[in-house]
Order: sequence, then C-alpha cells, then structure tokens
Amino acid sequence: MKNAIAITPELVAQHGLKPDEYQRILKLIGREPTLTELGIFSAMWNEHCSYKSSRLHLKGLPTKAPWVIQGPGENAGVIDIGDGLACVFKMESHNHPSFIEPYQGATTGVGGILRDVFTMGARPVACLNALRFGSPDHPKTRRLVSGVVAGIGGYGNSFGVPTVGGQMGFHSRYNGNILVNAMAVGIAKADEIFYAKATGIGNPIVYLGSKTGRDGIHGATMASAAFDDSAEEKRPTVQVGDPFAEKLLLEACLELMQSGSVIAIQDMGAAGLTSSAVEMGAKGDLGIELDLDKVPCREEGMTAYEMMLSESQERMLMVLHPAKAEQAEAIFRKWGLDFAIIGKTTDTLRFVVKHHGETMADLPIKELGDEAPLYDRPYVETPKRPVFDPENIPSPVSNRAALLRLIGSPDLASKRWVWEQYDHLILGNTVQQPGGDSAVIRIGDGPRGLALTADVTPRYCEADPFEGGKQAVAEAYRNIISVGGTPRAITDNLNFGNPERPEYMGQLVYCIRGIGEACRVLDFPVVSGNVSLYNETNGRGILPTPTIGGVGVLDDVTRSMTLAFKAAHQTIILLGNTKGWLGASTWLVEITGREDGAPPPVDLALEKQTGELVLGLIRDGLVTAVHDLSDGGLAIGLAEMAMAGKIGARIDHLPPGLPTHAALFGEDQGRYLLTVATNDQIAEISRRVGTSGSDLIMHILGVTGGDSLTLPDEQPISIAALETAHEHWLPSYMAGDA
Amino acid sequence: MKSAVITFPGSNREGDVIRALRQATGHDPVSIWHQDADLPKGTDLVVLPGGFSYGDYLRCGAIAARAPVMDAVRAHAARGGLVLGICNGFQILVESGLLPGVLMRNAGLKFICKMQHLKVGRSDTAFTSHYSTGDIIKVAIAHGEGNYVADAETIARLEGENRVAFRYCDAQGDTKAGNPNGSLNDIAGIYSEKLNVLGMMPHPENLIETLVGGTDGRGLFESLSAYRGAA
Repeated sequence: MKNAIAITPELVAQHGLKPDEYQRILKLIGREPTLTELGIFSAMWNEHCSYKSSRLHLKGLPTKAPWVIQGPGENAGVIDIGDGLACVFKMESHNHPSFIEPYQGATTGVGGILRDVFTMGARPVACLNALRFGSPDHPKTRRLVSGVVAGIGGYGNSFGVPTVGGQMGFHSRYNGNILVNAMAVGIAKADEIFYAKATGIGNPIVYLGSKTGRDGIHGATMASAAFDDSAEEKRPTVQVGDPFAEKLLLEACLELMQSGSVIAIQDMGAAGLTSSAVEMGAKGDLGIELDLDKVPCREEGMTAYEMMLSESQERMLMVLHPAKAEQAEAIFRKWGLDFAIIGKTTDTLRFVVKHHGETMADLPIKELGDEAPLYDRPYVETPKRPVFDPENIPSPVSNRAALLRLIGSPDLASKRWVWEQYDHLILGNTVQQPGGDSAVIRIGDGPRGLALTADVTPRYCEADPFEGGKQAVAEAYRNIISVGGTPRAITDNLNFGNPERPEYMGQLVYCIRGIGEACRVLDFPVVSGNVSLYNETNGRGILPTPTIGGVGVLDDVTRSMTLAFKAAHQTIILLGNTKGWLGASTWLVEITGREDGAPPPVDLALEKQTGELVLGLIRDGLVTAVHDLSDGGLAIGLAEMAMAGKIGARIDHLPPGLPTHAALFGEDQGRYLLTVATNDQIAEISRRVGTSGSDLIMHILGVTGGDSLTLPDEQPISIAALETAHEHWLPSYMAGDA
Repeated sequence: MKSAVITFPGSNREGDVIRALRQATGHDPVSIWHQDADLPKGTDLVVLPGGFSYGDYLRCGAIAARAPVMDAVRAHAARGGLVLGICNGFQILVESGLLPGVLMRNAGLKFICKMQHLKVGRSDTAFTSHYSTGDIIKVAIAHGEGNYVADAETIARLEGENRVAFRYCDAQGDTKAGNPNGSLNDIAGIYSEKLNVLGMMPHPENLIETLVGGTDGRGLFESLSAYRGAA
C-alpha cells in the first residue's frame, strides 16, 4: 500500500481524532495508516458511530422484555405486537445539518430514519418528530422553523408516510443549536425481520440505490487545504435528500426481501459505505473486500477516500445469495435504481478496499468497531435546586389571565401550523391525529393499533437530570395510557452538550440513569436510540434533551380514548396527587419569568399503578375522556379538553389546602383528568381507586357543559377566547406579526 | 364496475384508493404499472391516484403525462370510459390535456393537509349520483400545488357548462371563506366535456370509514360502483 499523503498531526486533528486515539490506531495496525484508512478510522471512531462517551452509561438501560424481538445495536428496535406482527422503530437526530441548512438537514434526517426502519424489512407506517428551536425573538428562529417544518413535510409527504405526531418547543439555549429528532415506525411480519449480520464466504456484496457523490464527506474536518486540490471539494457538508429515490428504494428492498435473496442488509447512513460494510462483516465474523471501481458514482474522479466517506443519501448495502443475484438485479432495474456487485465476503476478518487495482485500506474488521475508544469521562452531578413552597410564590395575575397567557405561549400554543404541513392522513389509518396525547394509527385493516408519542421536558432535565430523565419516560407512558394503549417500548434520542465538560457529562449520566430507572419500573424497555453530543455554541450547551419516543399497542383501535369532552353534564375527575408543584413549571417561566426550583418528582411505582388503573377504566368503558396532565398543569389540561370537544366546564372544587394558582398550574406528575357519564360509574371508579392499595387519590372537580370554562372564583373564559389564544400565536409569529 | 388503478413509481395513495374501491365495489381493482402500454379489456374506470408520480421535481404530473400508459388512458377517455384523477392524478390529467387549466402552488406557498369541506356541483354524473347537488361534504386535502388556474374563457366555459364538480367551502357552505389554496372560483375538481373524466385535488378515498375521519368520501366510490353506463 502506498501512502501518497503523509499523515501529519494536523491531518489527524482535522479528522477529529485525538493524539492518543491516533496512537491507538498505530498500535492496532502496526504501521502508519493510509489517508483512506485514517478516514475510515475517523468515521468509525467518532462519537456518532462509536458512542465512545456514552457507551459505558448506556449499558445500564433495560433493553429486554418478553415482547422485545430486537433491542439496541441494529438499525432499529423491534417488538412483537401480536397477530404475528412486529413494530420496528427508532428515533434519530439531525441537529447540526438542520441548523446549517434547515430544509435539507431535516429531509435527510427523515430519510435516514425511514431507511433504518425499512432496512429491517418493515414498511413504514408513521413518522413523528421532536423539534427544539431557539428563542422566538432570536433572528434565526423563524427561518429555521420554516425550513425544518417544510423539510420534514417535503420528505415524508412525498415518500408517502403519515407524520402523525411530535413535539415542538422554544428556548434561548437552542439559539445556536436547534434539535431535529425524527422517529419512524414500521410494521413487519415478526418472523421476517432482516438484520445486518453477513453470513457465508464469497457471497456478493451489492450496492443499491442512488449514486455516490461528494456530498456529506466528513463535514467540517474536510475543509482543509492539505488535500483540497480544487474548489470542487468545498461542497456543503449537508447532504441532499431525494424522497422519490427513497420511495423507490423502499419498494425495491421490500420486493427483494420477499424474493428470498437477501442474507444481510444495512443502510448507508452516517459514514456511508465504511460503516455499513464494516458493520455487516463484523457482526457476521467475516472479512469484507470492496472494489471501488464498481461503485456507481455521480461524479467523475472520486477518490477512494471520498467514496468511503460520502454520505450521499438513499443507498443500501446488501449481502445476497449468489444464485439469486440476477433476480435481485431485475427487481432493482424495474424500479430504475442502481445495482452493482461491489465486493464479497471473505474469511480473512480484514476490511480490504481496492481502487484502480491498488489496495487503499486493509484493516482488521472486528477491531474497527470493538477497539473503538471507550471513555469514562469525568462528570459532576447537577447541584440540587430548592423545593418551592407554593405559599411563597404568589401569583401576580388572575388565574384567568394566566390561563389565557399560557395557552397561547410558544411552548403550549397550538402547533396546527406545523402539522398541517405534514400529510398526516395518508394510508387512511390515522385514527387520532396530531393534537391529542398520543397519535393512534390502525395497523392494516385492524383491529390492532399503535399509540405513538414523543416526549421530554428539557426544563426538568436541566433542573435535575435524574428526575427529568424519569419524567420523560413517565410522560411517554402516560400519553400512551391516555389513548388506551399498553406501553410497550421506547426509543431514546439523547441530545446533550459537550461530554468533555463534566457538568454536561453529568447531565448525560444522570438523565440516562433516570431513564433506566423509569424504564425498569414501568416495564417499558429501550429498544433503539441515538446519542447526539457536542450540541453547544460558544461554550454553552443546549438544555439536556433526552427525547423519548414511546410505542404502545391497542388490541382494538376502535376503542381508543380521546381527550375531548364528549357531552354536557359529565363529571370531571382528577386522578392523582396534587401538591401545587410550581418549581421549574411553565407557569413559573411564563408568568413570573423565573426558571428556577426543583422539578416535580415522579413516583414511578405510583405512576405504574395509576396507569394500569386508567387503562382498566378505559377498557371497561367507565370513562368518556382521558387526558394526562403535563406542562401547565390542571388548568391547561381542562382547557385542552374543552377546546377539543367544543364543550365548556364549570370547576367547583380544586384539590384542597393549596393556593388556587398552585392547584391550577402546578405540574405534579402522575395525574390524569377523566370525564364520567353516570353516578354508578363514579362510584365504581372511586371503589377501584380506594382498593388500589396505593396512595392514589381522586377529586371530583366539576361538570362539563356550556361554551365556557369557568375556574373557581373567576369570570368564565369562552372556548372561543381560548381557541383564539391557542391558535393565534404560531401562525402570526411565522407571518412576522408576533 | 371493472376498475384499474395506475401506479407510477412515486404514487403513494394508490393503496388508499384501492381500499376505497374494494369497500365500495366488493372487489379489488386491477393494478397497472406505469410502463404498461395497455389497460385490461373491459375496464370501466381508470384511477390515477395521489402521490408524486416521478418525484415531481419538475411541474407536477408533467413527466407522468408522457408515460407509456397514458396513451391508453387517453384512448379510454376518448371512448367515453371513466377516468378519475385524484390530487397528483388531477395534475396528471391537466398535463395530459384531458382536462383544461393548471395546478399552481398553493397561494400560501405551503403544503396543506387538513379536513376540508366541499360543495357538490351536480349529482347527475357517474361520480356523484350518491350525493345531492349542493351537498356539503367533508374530505381531506393534502397537497402543495392545488391552486387551480385557467384563463377567463376556460373558467367561463367550465362554469357555463356546469363542469365544476366540487368547490371548496367552509362547514356552512361559504365557498370564499373555505378556499384553502387560492383556486379560481374555489374550484376543487372539474369534469371533462362529456363528464366522463373527473379531476379533483381532495382525497375522498381517505374518508370512507367512521373510525378514520368520517364517511363523506364514500359516496363517490358508491356512485361509481352503482354506475351502469351512460344513459
């Protein structure tokens, strides 16, 4: 192997490798690497692919349950949902690209996560997303919102998958680093899941999909004069998405899988050809030999280095049964896609890359993954914040005024402007649209369905990472319960700052511990996930944001529950304990401008008991509406139920012994609002709560009816006024009026 | 009613319309690949479903209008056969010359997906016999380029010949207030001269079940199912 370019310390640094990491490479291969090899190491050993800062801590997450078919480590997680079907899902971030180029960054984020799902043999049936933008008054925010939302819609709408739910919030800590987390959910036959593990020696490795170009090569590390011979190479580092090509790739892959010719499959995502080829070989204890002369290229004169690191989109790598290669090629030609045999499996356990007859790389394939650096980075625990006594935090405004302000605040205002740009109805299975607690989709012709949600409260995670991590999982659990789903598993998308700073590393460590604790108690394992670190600008990290994508199963989707008030004269019940927790609450930020205090703790055992009780009430037809309480507390929950049903309510009683604003806006966890039609049903619910053997309590708050929401000792608020406040903010902000 | 649904590589609502036809007619339509040159013998209805036929990076439907199968569709229409184009299908029909006018980007420049009310223009066609003239129905829209535009003469002709199949309106039937995309005369769908070709932006195929939004779109497929040829 000849080394045309000397490997200097500068070159090593430009590849994001630390000096000791480079020493590790030298020791591993016993010689200086070629430039192509250096590129391969940098791709395999970066934080994104190697999880070198988080791996140690991720091990603590529970990943098993009887219904888990595949946990973390594959392209996506897989759970058994009954009837011989499996649900395949994962969430992944595309934060940095979306900040640089919001439309393409977001589209390629959606494209990447869809590929992760159909790579496993599943047809995508739904997408969700969780978005975090900077302060609304930051000059870039409006453009970023507009571009990201258009990009997510642009990809999903054309690909043909409904985008059914998600989350969107604003905070100044995301001013220089927005978050775009995309989740895809697919359905496959439980016994027809496809994996990345290659088998057999001498089997063809096949390249499928779009051609390889120079897009996405190594991002920032490549803007260097050392090997930048022409301006050609100064391409944007953000890839460009082509949803039409992805749609073709989906159909062709699923058809190919049906034909029985696929041994292993891996999509080319981050680190493209390098990561996909190494993964297939390493998982199967096989070597891989690639001949880059066979790779379909979009541009002439691409080097081995460029081909190995390109992140061109809509590409797949497969190991095929040799006897069926011809049949496979015909399927791909039918869909107008590139198909090329670019290599073979070997028994050498080496990763060999050849170009123009020369060996450009020859590396030990297992060690590329297994010997990646693993760091136990120093971390410090976030200092505990004081627990506030609500008596000491008087309200400067009336509760009526506070409600109207909160319901129209950026985080709580209606996100209709967003989800109306997403095709959420395609496939004809969207039973509950965006705007409810969870989206609900029917599987095929039913009766089975899925409840899908994406949740996290970054304020809480900042205030107390452990409690915040617990709460994110608990809220996903609660949102699934609220629609009548049985919570089954989660995918976690961990967005944090620089792990080399002990305080941010501490946030990551404690959030993971909180997530793990909640998953264990709630029997809600993690089956897939993604870690995004170094989310910071000018030394200030984002709010710790571990987004939780939750999946639940409904046996009969026709019986899913909604939050809308259904009729007048129904009794409104609050289930759960209210202490008037104002610390780290939305009310505290929006009404007093304070972002301090300890966040509400989550009693996980009680959470589970409450959840199971609510699920029983829904199954037995004892309730007519269910809504979990989260941001903005009881008052916001009531307003949302009233607006959804266009039916008002009169609240006569609040949980006793608290200032009314604390009872109305406190964010105590583990609570649900229910409506009940008959006195017998109230008695039955009361009996069940009483015999649950826990500390669970219920309060009868009032009754539905009329066209206003009336809080105790306040003037009524018309539903029309609530709707105006709720619907107005985002469209007028985006139009430049707010 | 023997129906055929054309699938372009980027079609994505073909499954939705197949389901709607299956529920209304009791049997599956035939699926036709865009590169096929012929329709099955005895086809009564051809459906061009929603989607992004070939990615639609050019003008929507412009490439699809030149697909091999479209010659057969044009011949079918010329014989008086029924053609239904929904969303991208409508865009393909105008690009094919089977219907007049053009579909521009929505006036708000954004993709819009939401429930939308429509007013039924007439109930004496193969597509709408199960509705009454003036009915207000609620179906879905999901498009970025549904802003119907034609020259004044064409619009006058469409109106004069009573060829506006559906108009956008609000729940009370107010057409101006309910127009989501800027279409001239609030046009959501139009017929050909002989009333055998219907192009429409909204998606009746997504409103065929109470569980999923409602059943207001069912009437269109039931009308087609009941159709026994021109009187």
